[in-house]
This record gives sequence, C-alpha cells and structure tokens, in this order.
Amino acid sequence: MQFSACGNYKTRYVDEATIFPNDTGRVLVAVLLLFLATLPLWLSPYLVFVFTLIGIFIVGAVGLNILTGSTGQISLGHSAFMGLGAYATGLLAQAGLPFWLAIPVAGAVAAAAGAFFGIPSLRVKGLYLALATLAAQVILQFAFNLFDSRGGGTSYLSVPQATLGGLVLDRERLFYYVVLVTAVLAVFAALNLFRTRIGRAFTAIRDNDRAAAAMGINVFAYKLLSFSISAFYAGVAGALWAYASGVVSAERFTLLLSVEYLAMIIVGGLGSVLGSILGATVITVLPEGLRVAADYMSQVLPQATHLFLAMRFAVFGLIIVGFLMLEPQGLADRWRVIKTYFNTWPFRY
Amino acid sequence: MDFLLQLLVNGLVIGSVYALAALGFVLIYKASRVLNFAHGDFLALGTFVAFALATSLRLPVIPAIILTLLCFFVLGLIVERVVLRPLIGKEVIAVIMVSIGLSSVIKGVMYLIWGPGYFLFPEFMPDVPIIIGDLYLSPVHLLGLAVSAAFLGLFSLFFKRSTLGVAMRAVADDQQAALSLGVSVRKIFAVSWGIALVSAVAAGVVVGSITSLSTEGLSTIGILVFPAVIVGGLDSVPGAVVGGLLIGVLENLTAGFIDPVLGVSLRSVVPFVVLVLILMMKPYGLFGTVEIERV
Repeated sequence: MQFSACGNYKTRYVDEATIFPNDTGRVLVAVLLLFLATLPLWLSPYLVFVFTLIGIFIVGAVGLNILTGSTGQISLGHSAFMGLGAYATGLLAQAGLPFWLAIPVAGAVAAAAGAFFGIPSLRVKGLYLALATLAAQVILQFAFNLFDSRGGGTSYLSVPQATLGGLVLDRERLFYYVVLVTAVLAVFAALNLFRTRIGRAFTAIRDNDRAAAAMGINVFAYKLLSFSISAFYAGVAGALWAYASGVVSAERFTLLLSVEYLAMIIVGGLGSVLGSILGATVITVLPEGLRVAADYMSQVLPQATHLFLAMRFAVFGLIIVGFLMLEPQGLADRWRVIKTYFNTWPFRY
Repeated sequence: MDFLLQLLVNGLVIGSVYALAALGFVLIYKASRVLNFAHGDFLALGTFVAFALATSLRLPVIPAIILTLLCFFVLGLIVERVVLRPLIGKEVIAVIMVSIGLSSVIKGVMYLIWGPGYFLFPEFMPDVPIIIGDLYLSPVHLLGLAVSAAFLGLFSLFFKRSTLGVAMRAVADDQQAALSLGVSVRKIFAVSWGIALVSAVAAGVVVGSITSLSTEGLSTIGILVFPAVIVGGLDSVPGAVVGGLLIGVLENLTAGFIDPVLGVSLRSVVPFVVLVLILMMKPYGLFGTVEIERV
C-alpha cells in the first residue's frame, strides 16, 4: 500500500478528480469513522453532546462554504436558514413525521427561503449582497421572535425525541449516530458536488463572473442554486439541532451565529470541505473549552464565570482577526503544507 | 395630526443620530471601500469612555466628551494603521470579517469592563419639557438634534472648504488621479477612519443622553446604519444624512401607526424590509454612484 505519492504521477484527468488518490486515505477515513462510531460507548454524555454539536455545525459550515468559499457570495444570513430548518422540524415532528422525513423536508423549506433571499444577487454583488443577506437574517429572526411570542407570552417550540421503528434515539447517545451519518453524507455530497458540472460552474462564477457568463454559464441561475444548496445544508443542520436540543427558540439563531459560521470557514479555509470540518470543530470546541477553563478558574477567582461572556467575545474576535492577518488560507492550507512536507521526508525534495 | 407631528419630530431626532453614525460609515466606505461592521461597537465604546471619564474621573461632561472625541480620532488612526492597512487589496470577505472580528473584540472589552447592565449618562441639561403648541419636546432631544445638525454642518463645511476635505473627496472619487496630484492616499485613509470614529462617538453620546447606556442597545445602532446608507447610497455623504433621517422617521411612524393596529412591534424590522426592497429595485440608493462594469 502506497502511503502518499511523492510527486505528481497522474496521467489521466480522472485521477485529478478522485476524492481519494490512493488507498491510504480510504483506510484512514474508515478508521476515523469507526473510532467516531465507538465514542458513545466510552465517553461521558456531555462529551458525546459536544461531538453531536460539532457534527451539526460541520453540516452547516460545509453548506456555507459551498456558497461563500466556492461561489464567492458572502452570506450573513446562514443562521437564519438554520433556524428556519429548526422551526420547520419542530412543527413537522409535532405533526408526527418521522425524523428521516422531517430532516430533508426542513432542508427543502430552508432551500426555498435561501433561493428567495438570493434574488438580490441578480442585480447586486459583493458588499451589497452581504447587506441583502444581513436583511434576510434580521427579517427571519424577527419572524422567529414573533412565532415564539404567539398567543401572548413566550412559549418555545418543543421537539419530541426522534424514534426509529419503536426505538427512541435518545439525545444523550443514540441521536449522535444520526448526526454522524448525516454529517458524513453531507461531506461526501459536497466533495462530489465539486466534481460535477454544477460545482465547476460555482468555481467559475467565484473566480470571474463575467468570464463565466461569457463561457455560457447562466450566472444568476447558478447563484440561486448555490444559495439554495447552501440553505439546504443549513436547514438540515437546523433540523438536527432541533432534535438534539429538544427546544427551538429564536435566541439561538441570531446574527452572532451567522458570524460564527463565517468564522468557521475563515479559520478552516475558504472553499475547502476539509477546512469547513476543521473550522467547525475549532469554533464549536472553543466556547466549551473556555467554559471549562472558567469553571476551573472560578475556584481561584470568584468572578471568572462572570468574565466568561466577555472572554468568549474577545477570544472569538481575536481568532478571526489573527487568522485573517497571519493565516489567511486557514487550517486546511496548513494541513496541505504539512502533508507536502512529509511527502518526501526525510529528503528536502 | 398632532400625534403625526410628534412622531415626525421624534423620528427626526433619532434619524439625525442615524445620519451622524451613517456619515462616518459612508466616509470609511468612500475612502477605502471597507464596510465597517464594527461601527456600532466603536460608537458604544466611545459613549462608555465618555461616561467613564465623566463619572469615575469626575470631569465635567462637556470636556469629557471633547476628550473622548480626541481619543477616538487617534484610535481611528491606530486601527487603520494596525488592522486595516495590511488588508488593502484583499478580497471582500477578508475585509468584512476583520471588521466583524474587531466588533467582537470591542464587545468583549466592553463586557469585561462594564458588564451587560444599564447606565445613565450624567445629566447636563435641565429635565423640563418644552411645549410648543401641542408638541412635547425635551431639551435633551433638542440638544441631540442641534448637536447632530452642528456636526453635519461642520463636516459639510470641512469637505467643501478645507484642503484635507477636498483631498478626501478626490481620493474617494479616483485614487489614481488623486495620487498623481500629490495626495497621500494613506494619510487620507487614516484620517477618514479618525473622522468616522469621531462622528460615531458624537452620535453615541447623543443617543446615550437621550436613552440609557447599554452595550447591546448602543451597538445595535451599528446594524441600523445599514438600511440608512443603502437608502441614501453607500458612497454618498448627503445620502447618508437623508437616509438616516428617513429611516428614523419611518421607524417612528411604524411604531405609531402600524404597531397598535397589528399588535406586534414592527419597528425594528421595517428598515430591513426597506433595505431588501431598495436592493431589489434601486440597488445604488437615492444618491449612490451606479457601478458600471466594463470588461
């Protein structure tokens, strides 16, 4: 078995498009997935929940990276589409739909909304488009608040636990597998998307939309498609989130979460599926890590938990600014550099 | 009728604050094409600094405010030099994200120092309402309007008469041409950040003395600036003023006439509906420059 090619030995175009260039990658991914599948057997429920969250945000971040990283359209409304998916799931689950049907339907609802709010991209782009998605965020967030306060006071939408043929997929352990399977499907769907005509059209639009139009790509239609695929991912992530947390409230789907999504793909690397995974992991683990640190600190400093909120904002901002200035290509590029270094190790070239 | 007039006046007061905040925002965009998502946070930070100078250091209010304005001019220069200049020429998302990152850092600092509570700005005006006809005006509102108008007047004079102001307009118009005429574009970028932060702090102090001070409340103005600048046109200074006033009036009219009928508060969402509509129909706003692309 070949570990890694020490040069470019590709002779056919098909080789360039493969997801796994050799068996090593397949084996490594299989081992990783097997390892992830054993997690609920020996980890504490809290840590399993953290992994569930990571899986959910991987789905969302992969979706945002399709739109922002690969099609070049900045979206500040990703959390609103996730929220739409979560609310749709809540209503569908209460109506008695099984989870394997509710999740894709929620994705479709979000995709429709995504296509609608993508319409301004017909006329505007760049900064103006970012503002249109910001408006989508504010308007949908307002709608969520309105829904929460239906009939007077605040009542949150509760979501029943997912069941599969009489088996209750409890939030602590079994639902983790649903998230794991969905995340794996989402990642491989995204990887394959970029091997198709659609994915190439997205990249062409990002690199130069006028040149893309000149080559016969219907720029507007593909932009809308990108918006709706990305929103579909967000909707699926929202659906998973609704099942995982059991309660849907507007507080979770604010502009801050949209910004966190953007931070994920910046930290991970724009336009890279691996980057979305790494970024989602870092940005999800960060607040949990800070919370644990704050708990330890509070034994020495009583106000540490009070400072947690402030620390979270400041550290989050510093990470974004730091990555943009020092590592603008993200973690995925760092991974590529390390891999290239070891291709010919211990020789220089 | 009186109700309508009262709403209009209130709308103009809050609108003049938006106009002042939007002015700084447009200034940065015009000079360096940076969409400053941290504008609201600078505004909040400035207000809190003025508040701290006035309460903790027991400075009189007016000198405290003037000192804060000076500090923020310098802060603007520093931010431009340290954070924004390395990103000149980078893609749009990097510039947007760095301003979002800045906004997060500033929020963190404010929570660290002041926490999420509410504070009252020290009073520097008598709290006796002035009644003209059936109109009810508080002196603070009037002062807010006056301060905003004074700043807007000062800025328009600055842009028309002073060499620096003319140079700034030249850079905004065409960087290459300005460079060839001996204008230091770097200096202009820095100064526009300085002035933008000064106008943000001025707006913040006005809002802070009308309502109360809270980190959340003040930094939200940074989000409301977006509808104002889109209505006026992203790169138009008069547009920022008109847009700010329009959004302020629109908010108050919605709160006064539509909210009681529907029973829900549409006030916060209407500006953004307008934003979407404007982007779909007239993307470059009332006075903005239409971007024409040539290959």
